Amino acid sequence: MTYPAAHSSGSRRRRSRWQSQTVMPWLLLAPAMLFFLVYVIAPIFQSLLYSFYEWDGIGEATWIGWGNYEELLEDDRFYVSLKNNIIWLVLYMLAVPAGLAVALFLNQTITGMRFYKSMFFFPFVISQVVVGLIFTWFYNPNFGIVGELWRFFGAEPPSILGDEDLVTYGIIAAGLWPQIAYCMILYLTGLNNISIDQIEAGRLDNARGWRMLWFIVLPQLWPATFLAIVVTVIGALRSFDMIAIMTQGGPYGSSNVLSYFMYETALSEYGFRMGYGSSIAVILFLIMLVFIGYFLWVMYKNERGGR
Amino acid sequence: MTIMKPLVGLSLAVAMASAHAGDLVINFDDPNPAPKAGFEAAVEAFKAAHPEVNVIVNINDREAHKTAIRNFLSADAPDITAWYPGNRMGPFVDAGQFEDISDMWATDPNLSTSFEAVKPTMTRDGKQWGVPYSYYQWGIYYRADLFSKYGIAEPKTWNELLGACDTLKQNGITPFTIGTKYLWTAAGVFDYLNLRTNGYDVHNGLTAGEIKYTDERIRKTFENWNVMLDRCSFVDNHATMSWQDALAPFAKGEAAMYVMGNFAVAGMKDAGLTEDQIDFFQFPEITPGVARAEEAPADAFFIPSKAKNKEDARKFLAFIARPEIQSEWNMTLGQLPPNSKSEVNADDKFIRKGMQTVSTASGLAQFFDRDAPAEMAKAGMEGFQEFMIKPERMDKILERLDKIQARVYK
Repeated sequence: MTYPAAHSSGSRRRRSRWQSQTVMPWLLLAPAMLFFLVYVIAPIFQSLLYSFYEWDGIGEATWIGWGNYEELLEDDRFYVSLKNNIIWLVLYMLAVPAGLAVALFLNQTITGMRFYKSMFFFPFVISQVVVGLIFTWFYNPNFGIVGELWRFFGAEPPSILGDEDLVTYGIIAAGLWPQIAYCMILYLTGLNNISIDQIEAGRLDNARGWRMLWFIVLPQLWPATFLAIVVTVIGALRSFDMIAIMTQGGPYGSSNVLSYFMYETALSEYGFRMGYGSSIAVILFLIMLVFIGYFLWVMYKNERGGR
Repeated sequence: MTIMKPLVGLSLAVAMASAHAGDLVINFDDPNPAPKAGFEAAVEAFKAAHPEVNVIVNINDREAHKTAIRNFLSADAPDITAWYPGNRMGPFVDAGQFEDISDMWATDPNLSTSFEAVKPTMTRDGKQWGVPYSYYQWGIYYRADLFSKYGIAEPKTWNELLGACDTLKQNGITPFTIGTKYLWTAAGVFDYLNLRTNGYDVHNGLTAGEIKYTDERIRKTFENWNVMLDRCSFVDNHATMSWQDALAPFAKGEAAMYVMGNFAVAGMKDAGLTEDQIDFFQFPEITPGVARAEEAPADAFFIPSKAKNKEDARKFLAFIARPEIQSEWNMTLGQLPPNSKSEVNADDKFIRKGMQTVSTASGLAQFFDRDAPAEMAKAGMEGFQEFMIKPERMDKILERLDKIQARVYK
C-alpha cells in the first residue's frame, strides 16, 4: 500500500530523517539477525561440513568426502524413513480440507458456539506429547478404545503401533487431530473476513451449496488456505515428537521418518554418528528447501502482482 | 545494563562449580532412592575415613547423564564419574578421556586379588580403566505359584523348558512376557539363547565382530529362538510395551516367565506380587556340554583424564573397592558386589541365587548392547525385535546384520 500523504510532505524533512530511517531499522533488526545467524544460518553450514566427516562427537573427525552420502544411498532405514515422510506429507494434507469442513460447520451463530469452538480447538492447545500418549493408549489392543471397538464387532484387535504396516498411519492419525484444529482456526479467521457483498451478489445470481463454496467462498479464503498448506507441510516434515513418544521409530525402525532417523543416528543412546546424522539432516533440509522455496516464490508473486 | 546481570550470575556459577585443591567432585548417575542411598552411604564412609577431602556430589538422571558425560568430560571434568564397562567405555577410552588405572589394579592388594571375575570387562587395550561397584544377574524370573499349581518343576534343560511351556499354554497362560519397545529386552533373550547354544566365546566373537551373523552357529541360535517363539510364545503386542508395561501380564498371571535382570524384582513386588509368588532359575542348558556363562552387567566409576584431583580420586576408587564397603552398598541396592570377598544379603533369595549363579559361571557377559559397539547394538536389537515378530525373515535379517557388521568393524 502507498500513502500519498507521505509523498507530498517536504523533501527537506525527509532528508533530515534519512539517517535515522536507514540506521534505526538495522539497529532494531540486529539482535534478531545476530541470533538467526548464530543459531540458524551457521548450524546449516556446520551440518553441511560435518556431513563430510566421520565423527563420534568427541574423538578425532576424519574427512570421508561423500562417504556418508554413499552409505545413505545403501541404507534400508533411509528409504523406509523417506517413504514414511512421503506418506506423512500426503496424508497430513487431509488436515486442510478437514479443517475447512469443521470451520464451515462452526461458522454459525448458535448459542454455545463458543464452547463448541473451544472444544474443537482443544487438541491444538495441549502438548503434542500428551496427544501422542493419549493415542498410544487408544491404540492399545488390551485396554484401549480401539481394542474395545474391534471386540464389539467380534474381531481380534490389531496392534496398530506394533505392526510395521499400520504404525505410520496410526501416528499420522494422531498427528492429524491437533493439525485439523490448527487449520480450522486459520479458516475461522479467514471466514470472518469474507465480504458479505460478494455472498449476496452470488445469492442473487442463484449460487448456492457447492457452487457458492467453490466459486465465491474458497477464492476469498485463499490466504488462509495457503497458510494452512504451509504449516501442514512443515508440520509433516518435522513430525518428530509424535514418533518419539509413540514408537521411538519402532517396531524395528518401520515408523521412522528422516527427522527422527537423524536424531537417532546423531544424538540418541546408540547413535553419536555426527557425520552420518548430519548427512541425513542435509537431505531433509534440501527437501524442505524445495517446499520453502516454492512458498516464498508464491508469496513474492502475491506481493508483486496479486494486490 | 540489565543484560549484564545474567552474565555476572553465570560467571559466578562457573566459579562456584569449579573446584579447589582438596575438593573431590563426583558425578553419579542414579537418583532413584536405593541407588542414591547406597552411593551416599559410601561417600559418607569415605568422608569419615578421609576427613581432609572435601567431597562434592552431583547426582543426575541416568538418561541425562548419558548425554551430559560427552560434554563434561572435555569441558568441565569431575574427578570421578559413573559409567559402564565393556564397549560402552570404548569411545571415551579411545578418545583418551578416561584415566588409565592399571597400576592400581596391579598393586592395590584388594583390587588385584578380589576382582578376577569382572576384570576382563574393565579391560580395554590390555589396561584397566575403572572400578566396578555393583552388578546383577540375569535369568528367568517366574511365577512360582503358577508353576506349582500346574505341577511344573524348574526347568534345567531346553526340553524341560519347552515342556513347561506346553503345560502353561494348555492352561491358557502365555509362557513368557516381554516388552521390546526399547529393544534391549530382546537382546537379553538373544544373548542367553546364544550363550547356551554356542557358549561364551561365540558371544564374544560375535560382539567383537569376528563371527558373522550368517555363521552356522548364530543361525542355530536363531533356529532355537524360532522353536522358542513357536512353543514358548511371548505375549502379543510386545513391540509396543516397555519392560515395565510387560510386568502387567506377569502380575495378572496371564504370563508366567520373564527373561530379565534382577532389578525387575522390585517392579514385580510393586505390581503386587509377594516374595512367595516369584522365584528365579538360571536359563536352562541348550547344547549339552557348553560351559554355563551368564549375563551380569556391572556399574563402575572412572577417572576422567582432565580430572583436577586425581590423587584423591584414586583414593576414592580404592576405598569403594573394599569388601565391606561393597557389601553394604549392594545390600542397600539389592544387587551383587563385584568384590568376591564381600558378603551378600543371605535373607534375599534372589541375591542368594544370583550370587550362586554368577560366582559359578564360566564367564560373564556384559550384555549385547554393552559388548557390541553402539551402532551394531542398535541394528542387532532391531533385528531381534523384527525376528520375534516376523521369524520367517530370518535370512534377510541376518544378511542385513552382516552388512552392517562389515561396516561397523572395518
